[in-house]
Amino acid sequence: MAITAERRDDFPILRRRVHGAPLVYLDSAASAQKPERVLEAVDGFYRQHYANVHRGAHTLSAEATDAYEAARTRVARFINAPDERSVVFVRNATEGINLVAHAWGRRAIGPGDEIVVTVAEHHANLVPWHLLAAERGAVIRGVPLGSDQRVDLDALRDAMSPRTKLVATFHVSNVLGVLNPVAEIARIAHEAGALLLVDGAQAVPHLPVDVQALGADMYAFSGHKVGAPSGIGALWVREELLATWPPFMGGGEMIRTVALDRSTYADIPMRFEAGTPAIAEAVGLHAALDYLDEVGLQDIWDHDRALARYAIERLRGVDGVTLYGPEGDDRGGIVTFNLDGVHPHDVASALDVRGVAIRAGHHCAQPLMGALGVRSTARASFWIHTTTAEIDLLADALGEVRTFFAGVA
Amino acid sequence: MGFLEQVYRDAVLEHARSPRNRGALDPYTVRQEGINPSCGDELVLYVRLDDGLVGDARFDGHGCAISQASASMMTQAIKGLSVDEAEALIGHFKAMIHGKGVDPSLGDLQVLEGISKLHARVKCATLPWVALDAALDAAAAGTAEAPQVDVDAVDDPAPG
Repeated sequence: MAITAERRDDFPILRRRVHGAPLVYLDSAASAQKPERVLEAVDGFYRQHYANVHRGAHTLSAEATDAYEAARTRVARFINAPDERSVVFVRNATEGINLVAHAWGRRAIGPGDEIVVTVAEHHANLVPWHLLAAERGAVIRGVPLGSDQRVDLDALRDAMSPRTKLVATFHVSNVLGVLNPVAEIARIAHEAGALLLVDGAQAVPHLPVDVQALGADMYAFSGHKVGAPSGIGALWVREELLATWPPFMGGGEMIRTVALDRSTYADIPMRFEAGTPAIAEAVGLHAALDYLDEVGLQDIWDHDRALARYAIERLRGVDGVTLYGPEGDDRGGIVTFNLDGVHPHDVASALDVRGVAIRAGHHCAQPLMGALGVRSTARASFWIHTTTAEIDLLADALGEVRTFFAGVA
Repeated sequence: MGFLEQVYRDAVLEHARSPRNRGALDPYTVRQEGINPSCGDELVLYVRLDDGLVGDARFDGHGCAISQASASMMTQAIKGLSVDEAEALIGHFKAMIHGKGVDPSLGDLQVLEGISKLHARVKCATLPWVALDAALDAAAAGTAEAPQVDVDAVDDPAPG
């Protein structure tokens, strides 16, 4: 069922004004706004059920533990993980990837081993590997984009070697908006004997994700991008892998027994969740995933893609606009562009005073900026609540912005 | 005057269109790089001190209209000032851009005051000034090739 503008009513923040104009929020790829249902779930949890989890002997603690673990089960079901034991709660996709680099990488990666990434990765899927490579003497191999601005799979095959231990790549690009052919990449990685980690931060909010069908070994995403509070995210790892990993951080909640000079550790997934976790945030994540299922992930993906097609068509009609990223059925709701002669930050400010929120900068993807031959870009990103009328507003404003800044830069 | 016009005053846009003192300076007393990590914009500032006065200042690099105009106006404003006067001007500029009042010594630089209302862009305006501050410190220490300075690390993010 197609998504209609009535869905806007689900997001209370869309009623506010910015600089006197109605808010046009075109920055969902940076962080998503929160549906009413999520706000109510978090509020209700704090008002009725809040306590610490896993250790309390009282009613509230039992209720909080049930709610927290129900959220884990919900995440597993949402991404079709075979078992909730293989879902670790983390702060965000970044922390999930860092967890892999520490718990797996520091034992599995040795001098001369190779980690393959693409040029289009977010810094969150680059810097943890830089740190690991520096510590362990490993080598990072980068895969370029093809002329169609999609990952060059032939170059990926060429990058694989007997030393390749890991392929780490995105599911949907936060700049190009393109869906990566993860199942094909999984085959290439596995044929070479490497594992595949997928950064799902831009995919989980926008399309049905099935980690088993993808063939991924590890999959990370952030709650704040799916409409949940910030501070909660999830890392899924194939259970037989996760079960062999040592702890990432030490502390309460992750132990079995502790003596003064040594300790033994809990089973998965608790082994990776030291300290009091983000409890209410997990409850919010549960509500957000319920909401997305109610709206329908396939409908969201269709909506995003239709908006991307519309935006590309409209922006192409604006003098001086350069668009980045491929076109096609694999293009999600992220449209990255530059306006000739105007710095993206000036574009963003000129739109902000009209109430239009976009992102400007390098999008935590500096290697990709280099590959595109730019230092920074502007980016409009769409979600459930985005309408074609908002994209019209963006396109019309850009023409005026170009006139205003004519001759600058 | 609309909000955008209050931030991007005509004089600001004019400096952004035709920046003064753009390009390398040789010889220089200090070559100072500044970076704004949130956007990746980079600025290279060259300062030549002659007998304790700013003899010349030029800049190079990539940036938005605000950072370019700020650098252009700054390099104009500091020529001929003593190091102490330049440091005082840095303080006045930062105060203005953080909404803490406008010192009359800022002169033409007052056209940049509107940026204080656009919090997301304050660091674009302060980048050249943070670089100048670091360059003057480097000059005092006798360092010609100063280490890169990061506007996030140096500039006070909390106005007021």
